[in-house]
Amino acid sequence: MQWANIILQGVLIGGLYAMFAAGLSLIFGVMRLVNIAHGDLIVLAAYVALMVTERLGVGPLTSLILVVPTMALIGYALQRGLLNRTLGDDLLPPLLVTFGLSIIIQNGLLELFTADSRKLQAGRIEVQTFQVAEGIWVGLLPLIQFAVAVAVIAGLQILFYRTALGRAFRATSDDQPVAQLMGLDTRHVFAMAMALSLAVVAIAGVFLAVRANFDPAIGPARLIFGFEAVIIGGLGSMWGTLAGGVILGVSQAIGAQIDPGWQLLAGHIAFLVILAVRPQGLFPKVSG
Amino acid sequence: MPDALLSLRDIDAFYGDFQALFGVSLSVKTGDVVAVIGANGAGKSTLLKCIAGLMPVKRGDIHFAGMAVAQAPAFEMVTRGVALVPEGRRLFPSLTVEENLKIGGQCGRPGPWTLARVYELFPVLAERRHLPSTSLSGGQQQMAAIGRALMSNPHLLLCDEISLGLAPIVVRDIYARLPALVADGLSLVIVEQDLAQALKAATRVYCLQEGRIALSGAASELTRERISAAYFGV
Amino acid sequence: MIRVQHATTSSRIGIVLIAATLIVLAAAPYWSDRQTLRLLAEVFAFVALASLWNLLAGYAGLVSVGQQAFVGLGGYLLFAFVMLADVHPIAAIFIAGPLGALVAIPVAALIFRLRGAYFAIGTWVVAEVFRLLASQISVLGGGSGISLPAAVVIAMAPTRQIREFETYWLALGLTVLVLVTIVVLLRSRHGLALTALRDNETAAQSCGIDVTRIKFLVYVLTAFGTSMIGALIFLQKLRISPDTAFSVNDWTAFVIFITVIGGIGRIEGPIIGTVIFFIMRQALADLGSLYLLIMGAVAIVVMLWAPKGLWGMIAERFGWQALPLQRRLVQRDTETK
Repeated sequence: MQWANIILQGVLIGGLYAMFAAGLSLIFGVMRLVNIAHGDLIVLAAYVALMVTERLGVGPLTSLILVVPTMALIGYALQRGLLNRTLGDDLLPPLLVTFGLSIIIQNGLLELFTADSRKLQAGRIEVQTFQVAEGIWVGLLPLIQFAVAVAVIAGLQILFYRTALGRAFRATSDDQPVAQLMGLDTRHVFAMAMALSLAVVAIAGVFLAVRANFDPAIGPARLIFGFEAVIIGGLGSMWGTLAGGVILGVSQAIGAQIDPGWQLLAGHIAFLVILAVRPQGLFPKVSG
Repeated sequence: MPDALLSLRDIDAFYGDFQALFGVSLSVKTGDVVAVIGANGAGKSTLLKCIAGLMPVKRGDIHFAGMAVAQAPAFEMVTRGVALVPEGRRLFPSLTVEENLKIGGQCGRPGPWTLARVYELFPVLAERRHLPSTSLSGGQQQMAAIGRALMSNPHLLLCDEISLGLAPIVVRDIYARLPALVADGLSLVIVEQDLAQALKAATRVYCLQEGRIALSGAASELTRERISAAYFGV
Repeated sequence: MIRVQHATTSSRIGIVLIAATLIVLAAAPYWSDRQTLRLLAEVFAFVALASLWNLLAGYAGLVSVGQQAFVGLGGYLLFAFVMLADVHPIAAIFIAGPLGALVAIPVAALIFRLRGAYFAIGTWVVAEVFRLLASQISVLGGGSGISLPAAVVIAMAPTRQIREFETYWLALGLTVLVLVTIVVLLRSRHGLALTALRDNETAAQSCGIDVTRIKFLVYVLTAFGTSMIGALIFLQKLRISPDTAFSVNDWTAFVIFITVIGGIGRIEGPIIGTVIFFIMRQALADLGSLYLLIMGAVAIVVMLWAPKGLWGMIAERFGWQALPLQRRLVQRDTETK
């Protein structure tokens, strides 16, 4: 039964990884931009949540009410003010600018908050567990987090395929000039996509902050988890990303069980194996 | 000209260092069907892109409905009432037929054109409304592209080479529907390589030759010989 | 008769200046102190690393944020051969190079399945895997790292001073070797293919250039050089740990900063960039993490408003080149402009 519990833990944390990944793949889908600072923005969201919970005395989940719009606004400004200038045929500018951004955020947070580990307290839900089946227990918080991840992905799917904004995203990603002929200001569309991405990042950041200790340096690892979830699941498919996150989480859980030092390695190896035998991912979207 | 819907004066346009248009002047009155003809590379598509705001204009003025719009970007021109049916149709492959039409109307300009009306004009699209736009034939894609442009309720419709790659019977079918649009109050600028079709549909003709206007006048007044001479630059 | 001319006036001047500088640098042990020697060796290492990264990103279009994988690999290979196989440290450096290239082959086979920015992150994952694996090797210190045994250090040379001189000359020599190799490569027809690739990959392909093979070659070659330099760096430090060996900041962030500021896609860029970097480092040394922040901001500003870097701007403005790498067709004795 121990293995069942371990795999269940892996599945649940996979939801968090899928949330890391969702924002990343959204941006890539709409504007072919890979945001190297993505992980650091997740950590930034965690620190914003820290400030909100400390100043206003609210719980982490309540802080989402402020953190999500704040990060969305940051995303809009970031895209409109900086990242829109990097878009184009050349690969180097967006990559190097977002890399520079990553360095700036990490060191900015270091200056403001020091390297001390922090964590947000969510109260009782952190320790509550309940029994799902014979010998199998699941924590309330991980379950909530997984449910939120599923909801976020479902929400993104609905947004992309059932709303005018989603139509704008898809059209702009298909053909920028013709999208402009539809009356779409593509600068604004890209900024909205980044705002949405960072809204998801905000949710992911808060859950990260509650789940474990965080400090300014853990950003790159979150980027890598998100990236691995996207590649394992397959580019272009949101539900594939959830599957990718779950596989990553389960691999890590199994690795940790074999030897604590092998947790991260097991995840990377799973990723490399998928890359070797099925590079298009498990559920790639066939692009039309 | 006070009653011109669209007037271009001395337009110069460049692709990088390469000059594509030299001092082009053109005007369209409300209700006109203006044909812009010329050989490949003469600058016809470039001209439409300048009007639609997709290409920057280095020198000269463009006035539309009384406003100076030479530097207006494409998304602004649509809200003003200029719609372009781009060369090669260029429907959005990630969108269904109906989504392509809907996004055409996303700018929210008031007017008579709705989904229902577009389906009335092109019934074959209604049959395929939820299919991916890539599943349409060439002629159907052209209809969808025109429908998409109409959804923005334009005053001026720019059509770039709508006959390209289509069978003659399909071309005739599409052109047969244009007069009804004009009767409704739409003005057209048509770029065409199919001379016969262009001259049949047009009220006025401009001929471009290597970026310059080589000939212009009412369609009824121009002879075949004069047009050929201007077209080929002899 | 038409021939290809590489040199220009500026490159003739450049060669002379470079030769003079090399002589001065080679004589450094005789005119400078210990600290300066260490600093110069560090400068050389960064010039080499940045030049290699420039070859990869600026010419082959492969942007890697994971070259620290090979820096650390080189370092660990050095320590492994010296401590476990009793190999002389300097010989170990020359083993680390080829072995690093060998490792790069399966790595490339895997990560070449990724494109563009995803390739970049893939290189980062590889570096992370190397770091985690290194932490598992307890015989080389595991997670906390290990120092080179005193006996080995002393056995390297008769006196500490001679050891430091030798290490310095090794650093200079290796860096010159790396640069010369890059120049030779760029002068060859592979170099012509690379320049074509850099300008327009699709067009290059349609000219019959096997783009994938060239990129693969450059990746493996770069790994060779990076591993050797990594071995050298950690020989100088006398101590290695997974975090220092595979540090993103030290071996990627700084290298990228140097190349961007100096000028991507030109061989003179990394050299200029390294000089600027070290000047900035001296000037901002007291600021701690603020210094990295400023560096990141400067890199962004340069990337957006001067994407060709400092040397790029100068070269375009004045048509200079410090090394004879241009290709001009000339007829007989008269130059065609």
